[in-house]
Amino acid sequence: MTTAQMIFGRLTWDSFPWHEPIVVATFCAVVLGGAALVAALTYFKLWGYLWKEWFTSVDHKKIGIMYMVLGLIMFLRGFADAVMMRLQQAMAFNGSEGYLNAHHYDQIFTAHGVIMIFFVAMPFITGLMNYIVPLQIGARDVSFPFLNNFSFWMTTGGAVLVMCSLFLGEFAQTGWLAYPPLSGIDYSPATGVDYYIWALQVAGVGTTLSGINLIATIVKMRAPGMSLMKMPVFTWTSLCANVLIVASFPILTATLVLLSLDRYAGTNFFTNDFGGNPMMYVNLIWIWGHPEVYILILPLFGVFSEVTSTFSGKRLFGYTSMVYATCTIMVLSYLVWLHHFFTMGSGASVNSFFGITTMIISIPTGAKLFNWLFTMYRGRVRFELPMMWTVAFMLTFTVGGMTGVLLAVPPADFVLHNSLFLIAHFHNVIIGGVLFGLFAAINYWWPKAFGFKLNQFWGHVSFWCWNIGFWLAFTPLYIMGLMGVTRRMRVFDDPSLQIWFVIAAIGAAIVAAGIGAMLVQFAVSIWKRDELKVEGDPWDGRTLEWATSSPPPDYNFAFTPVVYDADSWADMKKNGYQRPLTGYQPIHMPSRTGSGVILAALATLCGFALIWYMWWLAGLSFLGIVGFAIFHSFNYKRDFYIPADVVTRTEEARTRILAAGGPMA
Amino acid sequence: MSSTTAPLETRTYHLPEEPHLHEGHSTMLGFWMYLMSDCLIFAILFATYAVLGGNFAGGPGPKDLFDLNLIALNTAMLLFSSITYGFAMLAMEKNRVSATQGWLFVTLLFGGAFLCIELYEFAHLIHEGAGPWRSAFLSAFFTLVGTHGLHVTFGSIWLVTLMVQVAKKGLIPANKRRLMCLSLFWHFLDVIWIGVFTFVYLMGVLR
Repeated sequence: MTTAQMIFGRLTWDSFPWHEPIVVATFCAVVLGGAALVAALTYFKLWGYLWKEWFTSVDHKKIGIMYMVLGLIMFLRGFADAVMMRLQQAMAFNGSEGYLNAHHYDQIFTAHGVIMIFFVAMPFITGLMNYIVPLQIGARDVSFPFLNNFSFWMTTGGAVLVMCSLFLGEFAQTGWLAYPPLSGIDYSPATGVDYYIWALQVAGVGTTLSGINLIATIVKMRAPGMSLMKMPVFTWTSLCANVLIVASFPILTATLVLLSLDRYAGTNFFTNDFGGNPMMYVNLIWIWGHPEVYILILPLFGVFSEVTSTFSGKRLFGYTSMVYATCTIMVLSYLVWLHHFFTMGSGASVNSFFGITTMIISIPTGAKLFNWLFTMYRGRVRFELPMMWTVAFMLTFTVGGMTGVLLAVPPADFVLHNSLFLIAHFHNVIIGGVLFGLFAAINYWWPKAFGFKLNQFWGHVSFWCWNIGFWLAFTPLYIMGLMGVTRRMRVFDDPSLQIWFVIAAIGAAIVAAGIGAMLVQFAVSIWKRDELKVEGDPWDGRTLEWATSSPPPDYNFAFTPVVYDADSWADMKKNGYQRPLTGYQPIHMPSRTGSGVILAALATLCGFALIWYMWWLAGLSFLGIVGFAIFHSFNYKRDFYIPADVVTRTEEARTRILAAGGPMA
Repeated sequence: MSSTTAPLETRTYHLPEEPHLHEGHSTMLGFWMYLMSDCLIFAILFATYAVLGGNFAGGPGPKDLFDLNLIALNTAMLLFSSITYGFAMLAMEKNRVSATQGWLFVTLLFGGAFLCIELYEFAHLIHEGAGPWRSAFLSAFFTLVGTHGLHVTFGSIWLVTLMVQVAKKGLIPANKRRLMCLSLFWHFLDVIWIGVFTFVYLMGVLR
């Protein structure tokens, strides 16, 4: 072993993808953009501000916003991968190889899936829950504010590792779940699968801890009077989603540990010889993977409930059944994992068990849909942007749900397994459910977070581009899937298929326009924020987060609210609640800390060292993690009081705005 | 709660006084949930052992490898460490710092003895050509037992840290809470070991 190998492991000059012009061009763009950003931050002297007010903040609201920013950035990366695939598949006919070689193409479809699930959908929903849940239950922060900051930075650390793989070495070429034996060391000896493993492990720690944190928050920190059945529905669905997180992410962690032992230590869990069993991995990963999709969708079901009830001006229809439906889905999501691989050959009885449990899930989900429809029935429905996204969700998601029930029939699945029909199905539910829900949530709660509404015109443009683009992009995939076209193909022999891929590519282009319109919507709204300014409750909301100012003060509520009704803010408004104007008291708050950033940075470094076999660095950074965690535990002073006069000043400023007939009471 | 049925005119919608959530109000619940998530990791390792534990790949099986006398000794070490941790907690309840520290130290010794015996067993197996790479059975065995051992190792590091903190700050509420968490963790590892001892060692030799 040479000295260079001792220091850099398997990292050499050849690890940089010089020979891939697309990657080199992307790299140059990223370096230039990054340099410009760093220069701007330095020029405007923003580093200190960012470090003090954001990076080291333990305020659940700021952490929530940082999660959303992370999700948005990674969304652009994941979508760029999607466009590249659509372009490749539309081109690679009649002997053309397209413009991507197999090595690059396989990384793109893997990265697309991994990024969209772990680093787009997860940060988005975690950010949303972080921001909204404490406000909805009348709390000042989460149960473990430092852990919250640490969790965010671990998620970011995972995202950083995935982004590294673009320019250093390669990413996995295995598909987003990295099935062995393909992901074993024999067939994937390079860095790809290791990037996959360590990115997910680092981010997974963050996800598990933030799940524990939010459960403890909801269980322990609700405002007085808020019994479980008086919790807002979004809080309920968040609770169930977090229970799923805590009860499923450890499975992912354990499974990936076994895979890494196979790769690093030469064990034989999932190998083809010495008694290993690759199907064990497939079972384990889906025991995590199926609850995962419900982790993604449940909080958005909560969003749709809040939005429907607010914009129909009515109490939610069937609150109790909504809660029970959510809990039923939570339990059932553990009993269906095998439907992802009916073709394993486990026999008719096992397959029919999992087929039937899968079909049963559509019952509580259907109940939810009827509840939303009945909430709208005879309501004064206001078609603001959040409501438009909700209606679009109901139409889109229902189709996705029905194709899902179709796939749940084992004999049908034997035909459709691994086909584009499956791809169309899960994009139908994830885009139509999770993404549309996020767009509804962003349009709904943006005024709460920033104090001004989002621009309507660009919101409409984005809405229609997304809806039209989505159906253009995925209907052809349904059709081709029924004809038997399989997923993850790079080139095609049958020229009659090309037209479908061209239509799908046009659909992707329209979706791109929708994303562009959304970015313009954000920019225009920030630009014209004075015209769009609102006070606490712009939508005539019904739950506690609308009872405080927009954006809320650091302490959320000057006085801890008391709850008598599930729609507590609507109840307060109805009974002529008067905001107290005197008697403010000092408020106990957690203090900021840089420990989360440092620990997560060390963990990311450790992951990077393990990927590249830099054993000395891995050992050092691991010792660093343990040492620093111990050091951090010697800090007993973790809180402070916001003095009463600061609270008074903040609240009096709001009183003046309200008295001046502010934008809206 | 009686206030939830209060007539409308008497309803107050905020607390005039700031409610005082005591420090660490969620810690035990949060730590319990962490333990349950850790339990799930062990569940997966047990399940893996159950599925792959018979795949010897022509190599040695449990009967050829396990020395029950050694394991009985090892089990005793761990069980004693749990009892002595319990004594430490009893002393803590009576605010007796030196007795608490003393029992914690005894716990550490028993934990250390357990780890040494386990390392000896592992070294012996590897020396006999029965390392974790030999068969899926041995992969699953080493990972399950080794993960438990790693937990004991981190528990011991934590124990030392807490002893230093108790020495520095005494039995303040924060330190008592931390000792309670480690207590849960330590006993949890005992419960896991009972599973390992029964399903891996005893039933392995019977089979």
